[in-house]
Amino acid sequence: MTDYKELKLKASTSPHVRTKEDAQAIMLTVIIALLPALAFAVYNFGLRSLTVTLCSMAGCVVFEALYRLIARKHQTVGDCSAAVTGMLLAFVCPVTIPYWTLLIADFFAIVVVKQLYGGIGKNFLNPALAGRAFLFSWASIMSHWAAPGTKAAVWGAVDVVTYPTPMSYLHANDLTGLQAVYDLPAMFTGRIGGCIGEVSSLMILAGFVFLLARKVILPNIPLTYVGTVALLTFLFPRGNDPVEWMLYNIFGGGLLLGAVFMATDYVTSPVSRKGQLIYGVGCGLITVFIRYFGGYNEGVCYSILLMNLVVWLIDKNVRPRRFGVAKTAIFKRKEAGGK
Amino acid sequence: MAQSFFGGIHPHDKKAATNKKPIEKLPPPEQVVIPMSLHIGAPCRPCVAVGDQVRVGQVIGEATAFVCAPIHASISGTVTAVEPRPHFNGTNVLSVVIKNDFEETLDPSVRPAEDPDSLTPEELAEIVKNAGVVGLGGATFPTHVKISSGLGKVDTVIINAAECEPYLTSDHRILLEYPEEVIGGAKLLAKIFKVDKVHVGIETNKMNAAELLKRKIEEEHAPVVVDVLHARYPQGAEKQLCQALTGRQVPPGQLPAAIGCAVFSTATAAAIYRAVYKGLPVISRVVTVTGSGVMEPKNLECPVGTPLSDLLNCCGGVSERTYKLIMGGPMMGHAQYSAEVPVGKGTNGVVAFAKDEEKTVKEPTCIRCGKCTSVCPMRLQPLFLYKYERKDMVEALEAANILDCIECGACAYICPGRLHLVHSMRMGKQKVNAAKAAAKRAAEEAAKAAEEKKEG
Ligand code: SF4
Ligand code: SF4
Repeated sequence: MTDYKELKLKASTSPHVRTKEDAQAIMLTVIIALLPALAFAVYNFGLRSLTVTLCSMAGCVVFEALYRLIARKHQTVGDCSAAVTGMLLAFVCPVTIPYWTLLIADFFAIVVVKQLYGGIGKNFLNPALAGRAFLFSWASIMSHWAAPGTKAAVWGAVDVVTYPTPMSYLHANDLTGLQAVYDLPAMFTGRIGGCIGEVSSLMILAGFVFLLARKVILPNIPLTYVGTVALLTFLFPRGNDPVEWMLYNIFGGGLLLGAVFMATDYVTSPVSRKGQLIYGVGCGLITVFIRYFGGYNEGVCYSILLMNLVVWLIDKNVRPRRFGVAKTAIFKRKEAGGK
Repeated sequence: MAQSFFGGIHPHDKKAATNKKPIEKLPPPEQVVIPMSLHIGAPCRPCVAVGDQVRVGQVIGEATAFVCAPIHASISGTVTAVEPRPHFNGTNVLSVVIKNDFEETLDPSVRPAEDPDSLTPEELAEIVKNAGVVGLGGATFPTHVKISSGLGKVDTVIINAAECEPYLTSDHRILLEYPEEVIGGAKLLAKIFKVDKVHVGIETNKMNAAELLKRKIEEEHAPVVVDVLHARYPQGAEKQLCQALTGRQVPPGQLPAAIGCAVFSTATAAAIYRAVYKGLPVISRVVTVTGSGVMEPKNLECPVGTPLSDLLNCCGGVSERTYKLIMGGPMMGHAQYSAEVPVGKGTNGVVAFAKDEEKTVKEPTCIRCGKCTSVCPMRLQPLFLYKYERKDMVEALEAANILDCIECGACAYICPGRLHLVHSMRMGKQKVNAAKAAAKRAAEEAAKAAEEKKEG
């Protein structure tokens, strides 16, 4: 029979079983959820969408690995969060972006925004969006938009005329002009100009459904965010048709990409469900505000970054109601009968 | 229809290894080690000495307080030692060691109550007390205390057949093999609390038991209803089961009696039945022996005090790669250092792991995913409690209601960052309780000083 004295028994606190799903599994799921949008980008803008995205992912991973090495901290690239940041950062850039510009943004996102604050879980700004915001110093580069159907060259300067994106019309309150360039089906499927990963609402929604099914995110933030934008644009339309104005606003300008993949970033969004609702509404309000009154047309990017700044405040003040103190009938009964 | 509780997780239940295996009687052990603390509350005082002959069912440990339950000899034989021995709580506890004479001589005190049907609730509670019945689901709170403190307040009596811990099937087998005892116990509880219905809460992964119970209840016209609940952990936690069945929430720091509920586990109900109708005290228990380290998983019935090694041997021994031996289930059970600790009254399972089920990492890191918050059945925010505990922020811990935590482990199970959340919860509670005690002492001393000043 077994000699029980020989066993090396380990005593640790319960629980003694854990789910298989770790941080890496979650990040890989996010990457998979982004693949449909990437595939569409290749179809819409050519192979360069893929090389730009891969370059950005590699850049983020390398910067993170090097930083952790130099700072003598335990290696974290294995959790794949840097790869996700790289992917998202490429997704919010035009396909014409030079590789070096992108690498600078990667460096800023990973080293300055994420690692200097302690790495995953500690940063308060969304690294991808902060990297993107940093690129506005190269505004001229960032506004070379390729037309849908372009076959952007993988190497060399990309010689494309600056093609109008839906955002430029929306920002100019020119619904009729926009309707003339793109019809709604094109807006929804993504045969439009814009950033690499933001054009196809359809593909982003596919990713959204996948993330929900895999329980990686809750619908709270995307629904309140998009819902708020929809409501406000419907109530205060610019142009002749409130419904069309609302739909163009939802499908244009990276709103869905931001609502599904950026605003739901774990680290920089509230943890409580109620807090997430507030956060989503806040993002929606600021987005519409910037689109209507702002000087830039990057409403989504800035609204999420601004809301990132108040997440600690939301987390501190919005907590779940304590168990056993709900105002249910039974509690009243207890108060009446107990004392 | 049943309502549901907050949060919760769906771990793989792994019950298939044993849920079709009938309860087997363990061959009589050579000796048993019976700790004088097999329940929550004051330990018992041993009332036998080395050399004494004891018989099955004889009292060997007397109750010393109200929150205490007597302890009985689980085999007949000679007392060979009364000394501290390793206990499954990790310390050494005064224990009575009995060498088996394999005669199984019954003590004369073991006899059924005369005319059980005419007993008053108080008399029934007395029988339950003398039989040493405690919460056999694992909590081991003395049952007579639960009864007497609930009399007059309780309008809903619940039999906890949820058995939500993965791996464990002992309650499931009891329901299938001794349904009369469980229903009989439920009937007695109905009488004690003067309720017209006793609810049995059972999960969907035990439908055969639920159907069997329903059939038996119908045959007997018993005042019992079976409520089938969707399987989810921790359904069987007392507060969660009350919430799932009645929609009522136990106020912070209080017991289910505060909302008119009293919960008894399946095995406890059967023990109450045995105490009244057979005169049997709690001297044996059904234990599920399972896990990747166990050669041949089984459900075993064994005397209280049997060393775990006897149970494991009966299951073909364990793999030499076994690195963890858990008493209880894998979510809330206690890891043991030694296989020589004895089976207690609340031991519903022994789980041995030879394969890593824990997925620990060197550098646990919170990624703020909020999953811990979503699954916490007590609506806490474990990620913040973890942070406060790390930084010794005792006031913040208390303000964030750490004392509400039931240590169910749902948060640590789901955490993708692999944080040791339950460990932090325990430490945090200790810190808060220590701070409270210190504050109380300081206040008392100040009061005393003021008094002395007045007098002087
Ligand atoms: S589940 Fe773990 S990683 Fe997620 S928020 Fe809670 S503690 Fe952090
Ligand atoms: S162990 Fe405590 S904090 Fe964690 S889920 Fe259970 S009750 Fe909540």
